[in-house]
Amino acid sequence: MPAEQSTTTGNPAGGAIPPPPAIRLKHISKSFGAVRANRDVSLEVAKGSIHGIVGENGAGKSTLMSILYGFYEADSGEIEIAGRPARIRNSQEAIGLGIGMVHQHFMLVDTFTVLENVILGAESGALLAPSKDQAARELARLENEYNLYVAPEALVGDLLVGERQRVEILKALYRGAEILILDEPTGVLTPQETDQLFRILRALRDQGVTVILITHKLREIMDVTDAVSVMRGGQMVAHRKTADTDKEELAELMVGRKVRLELDKEPASPGPTRLLAENVTVTDADGVPRLDNVSLTVHAGEIVGIAGVSGNGQSELLEVLSGIAKPSQGRLVLSGREVTAQAPVHPDEARKLGIAHVPEDRHRLGLVTSFSARESAILGYQGAARFNRGPILDGTAITQNCSSLMEQFDVRPPDPWLRSGGFSGGNQQKLILAREMSPHPEVLLVGQPTRGVDIGAIEFIHRQLVARRDAGCAVLLVSVELDEILALSDRILVMFEGRIVGELTGAEADERRIGLMMANAMDSSEHATAGSTMTEQAP
Amino acid sequence: MEDIFVFAVQTLDATLRVSTPLILAAMAGLFSERSGIIDISLEGKMLAAAFASAATAAVTGSPWLALAAAMITSLFLALLHGFACITHRGNHVVSGVAINILVSGLTIVLGIAWFAQGGQTPLLKADARFRPIEWPGAQAMEGVPFLGPLYEELISGHNILVYVALLVVPLTWWVVYRSRFGLRLRAVGENPLAVDTAGISVAFLRYRAVAICGLLCGIAGTYIAIAQNAGFIREMTAGQGYIALAAMIFGKWRPLPALGACLMFGLLDAISIRLQGVSIAGIGEVPVQLIQALPYIMTVVLLAGFIGKAVAPKAIGVPFVKER
Amino acid sequence: MSAARAPLPRWVDIVLIPIINIAMALFVSGLIILAIGENPIEAVGIMLQGAVGYDGGIGYTLYYTTNFIFTGLAVALAFHAGLFNIGGEGQAYIGGLGVGLFLLAFDSVLPFVFLLPLTILACAAFGGAWAFIPAYLQAYRGSHIVITTIMFNFIASALMVYLMVNILIEPGSMSPESRDFMESAHLPFVHDVLGGLGISMVATPLNLSVIWAAICCVLVWIYVWHTRWGYELRTVGQSEKAAVYAGVNPSRVVVVTMCLSGALAGFVGLNEIMGVHHRLLLNFTAGYGFTGIAVALMGRNHPVGVILASLLFGILYQGGAELAFEIPRMTREIVVTIQGLVILFSGALAYMARPWLERLFAMLHRSGSPAMERA
Repeated sequence: MPAEQSTTTGNPAGGAIPPPPAIRLKHISKSFGAVRANRDVSLEVAKGSIHGIVGENGAGKSTLMSILYGFYEADSGEIEIAGRPARIRNSQEAIGLGIGMVHQHFMLVDTFTVLENVILGAESGALLAPSKDQAARELARLENEYNLYVAPEALVGDLLVGERQRVEILKALYRGAEILILDEPTGVLTPQETDQLFRILRALRDQGVTVILITHKLREIMDVTDAVSVMRGGQMVAHRKTADTDKEELAELMVGRKVRLELDKEPASPGPTRLLAENVTVTDADGVPRLDNVSLTVHAGEIVGIAGVSGNGQSELLEVLSGIAKPSQGRLVLSGREVTAQAPVHPDEARKLGIAHVPEDRHRLGLVTSFSARESAILGYQGAARFNRGPILDGTAITQNCSSLMEQFDVRPPDPWLRSGGFSGGNQQKLILAREMSPHPEVLLVGQPTRGVDIGAIEFIHRQLVARRDAGCAVLLVSVELDEILALSDRILVMFEGRIVGELTGAEADERRIGLMMANAMDSSEHATAGSTMTEQAP
Repeated sequence: MEDIFVFAVQTLDATLRVSTPLILAAMAGLFSERSGIIDISLEGKMLAAAFASAATAAVTGSPWLALAAAMITSLFLALLHGFACITHRGNHVVSGVAINILVSGLTIVLGIAWFAQGGQTPLLKADARFRPIEWPGAQAMEGVPFLGPLYEELISGHNILVYVALLVVPLTWWVVYRSRFGLRLRAVGENPLAVDTAGISVAFLRYRAVAICGLLCGIAGTYIAIAQNAGFIREMTAGQGYIALAAMIFGKWRPLPALGACLMFGLLDAISIRLQGVSIAGIGEVPVQLIQALPYIMTVVLLAGFIGKAVAPKAIGVPFVKER
Repeated sequence: MSAARAPLPRWVDIVLIPIINIAMALFVSGLIILAIGENPIEAVGIMLQGAVGYDGGIGYTLYYTTNFIFTGLAVALAFHAGLFNIGGEGQAYIGGLGVGLFLLAFDSVLPFVFLLPLTILACAAFGGAWAFIPAYLQAYRGSHIVITTIMFNFIASALMVYLMVNILIEPGSMSPESRDFMESAHLPFVHDVLGGLGISMVATPLNLSVIWAAICCVLVWIYVWHTRWGYELRTVGQSEKAAVYAGVNPSRVVVVTMCLSGALAGFVGLNEIMGVHHRLLLNFTAGYGFTGIAVALMGRNHPVGVILASLLFGILYQGGAELAFEIPRMTREIVVTIQGLVILFSGALAYMARPWLERLFAMLHRSGSPAMERA
């Protein structure tokens, strides 16, 4: 356990007897199988305040709030609402206790009007017409009170994201919510929409509503909250009054100070360019740019690290480089092959060009959990000559291939016939790395190589990546683990909202500088300056 | 002129007769599918209901008891489908196929064991069936040109289940679009998570939907066995359940367009019987089989997005898993 | 998940649960037989005697089994790619049409050695083509393959009636059947072949297509588990995202798999038209396409399982016929009922027994080996 387990819960200053907090969570723990999503988490939220909960992805914030909203039941621990012990077994009980939640993925019916969404589950009777009339009046009142307007007869499917979010807030308020939880509400919003949301939240607070804001963006915490709690690795690591803290401290608390991974590695000796991206943009089905005008190069014999909070375009970057997605604009050069929207590259062809890809999503992309290890060990290479004898797959070669990969990368148990899903995370990852490294690729794309991997395996994987670099491979490493980026990278690019917002050399980078960039702690103008100066400094 | 008019009225009258089970089954399917449960067992439920009603009518002589027995039988099968799909998260299509095949065998097995007539039930006497209801003044109107045949043939002279079917459509519309249950029904087929987070039980809602589906199929089967016909014959639904399914899809899961599709498919059927061996000027003889296959062909073409777009409820066929 | 459960050993999933499911289906079937006042044990005796008790019975059993292997393999192959091919009935029908058209055209022209492979090709091409359209519409137009294949069953049926009644009917014939094929175009009956070898056997419809069924089992086994295409097919069935990552085009796999599945179902036509009836006629598929669903579910989509399940259904079909003969109050449709129950319990309710077993194994685990808990 980290030493900083906080003690700042409660009311530090004496004086008049304070009113009971709106929410008090005591020693909440929750596990999913072997994953301990929440460990002994305690939290107090004062009534009529905006309370931020901040932490990296996977820190356990959403799980905690889902427990509060009755989605999950905690394995142990207690909940008090307004000073009274509460047991919340389902959403209905949470609603009954005056808790409302705006989920990260909206719980709306796209084919319904705003009004229909608002009354769903809170109808006044068996007939819809009276319910709708009542809701229409109530919405008009809420509009006046909080300046919260959405056209009641509009179809939700036609609304902008910000408007849909307002529908979610209206839903909660219509049900009489006095505690409003917002899970990563700004991830999908434009800056203007975010400002508007914050105005609404302040108005709600001033009317006595308690707001919990879950986010990983520090600027938002500083902008709008009264108090903040920091989570890391399923635990609550600190509570602060927003006025008493600053972005730097929160960034440190969030990222944590793990033991710096020491790695013996020689300075890189970059060779020719193996991978080049010029002004590459990838837009999703809704036309939103997920990757926005990105340019980068990776040379033979260097590791380029992509740092950033996940969901800022790293996945799309890996997908476009490996041929899974095609660029909407811009061009790529992969081992000499020019790739554009008109001439996209197929994943199979990318592999033949010597591009290997260790995907971020191990379970859904990297292997097929129901396949045996020997079968997962040829995923993507099923057409390779070494595994085929005419039209027939060469079973002996496939088994031998798997055995030798397992031996080289110390995969345990070394049983090629075991179901892929039966291996531990670290061993699955080692198998995938082994598969992707064994054809000696010219370019190695690596996403989150040590997510869910035990310490021993992490070291091993890191050494393998450096060895591959030393052998002249161009390595592009995407990771949300700053330690990993710092330990491995010769150059570091920081991604934010689909763009590359900064570049540092491995030598000049440290946790603080990257942490600040990652959390977008600097405002955008500073970004531009810092980014350009740093690029100039880079050799 | 008069001839053509009489022909038209008679064709429409026949259309209404053959459309009735389609309408009932299509509305049944609509309730189920709107809640997110795929139902290809409309056919099986109708066949089971047909058998249950004919058997009950043969034994008791009461069409009303027959109707009740049919509805209970069909309800049981609907709940079985729900048990597999909702409670045990089984594959909706597999469950539907199972019910269709089970019923197709069981009706004959029981029919032979109980009545020993090669799988048929005994021919029913008139008072054990739902008989046409003659509206007041139908006889008197007979002589009136145009209005007379229209009133006598088309409006009057159907059995009560035909009128029930025609009433079920606006009722379905009203329930789906104007009631709290309908709102939740539509929501659960689109986004069960939204319903769950609103504090409503997804499973209970879906069970109610499949139950309604079962009851309506029960009426449809009763109509086929003891109103349209005078007893059960093996496989007597003859794919009408699938036509109803096609009609519901064709109506894009909405009651009034689905009614339109049922009437259109019914009309095709009525025409195909009348056109048998008739040569049409300029086209020649239209194959009856082509007209009979048209509902299926049209549905395929519609689903492929060539004429408009049929968008199924978004969560259809997806088991709802609530993590704990 | 609930703390009272433990992961189940593999053999439970592969062996125990399927057996429990079939046992439940047979148990309910027994209850139905009891309910109509007959003795289920006696019924089983009659069925077994009729199906495997004498050479004629065995011949009929294997003849049915042949059809079920074809349709079972068709459903199983599609299942591996995550597709539910419910259109085996229509594909079998059209496959038979292919056989009939080809033989009507060439039976007097080509010798048997050329006729046989070409007929097999024609059969596969017609069955595959009938599956191609729904597959294409699913892969590239987004329509649901289940609904389209159902619709195609009916369209196939209407098409066949039209062709038989209006075009292919033998002139002067009352029933909608084509002329008989020349003798040289008949697939030999097994009793004839055995007779030639000096072994006497009662005449049954069993013909050499049973060997083709066995070959198809081997081919499917090789294709699915020992070729890169089968590998890609299974990858698509397990995870479309992983397939794209591995450089596979899921749409293409869907189309190819369905065509192969349709071809397999089409081979029912080989058995029925070239092997038994020796002319084109109506309704020769007799629901075999739907039985294929039960066979695949019961056989867990593996050729060995498909063979075993097909044998079981062959026994049921042939035994059911005997049953109807022996006990007038019974009918062979009892087999259809059992088939429905098998699909229900092995398919839709396949995991009903799982939670009970999980709890049972958790209990055994706790009381049996406390040492494991510490490990």
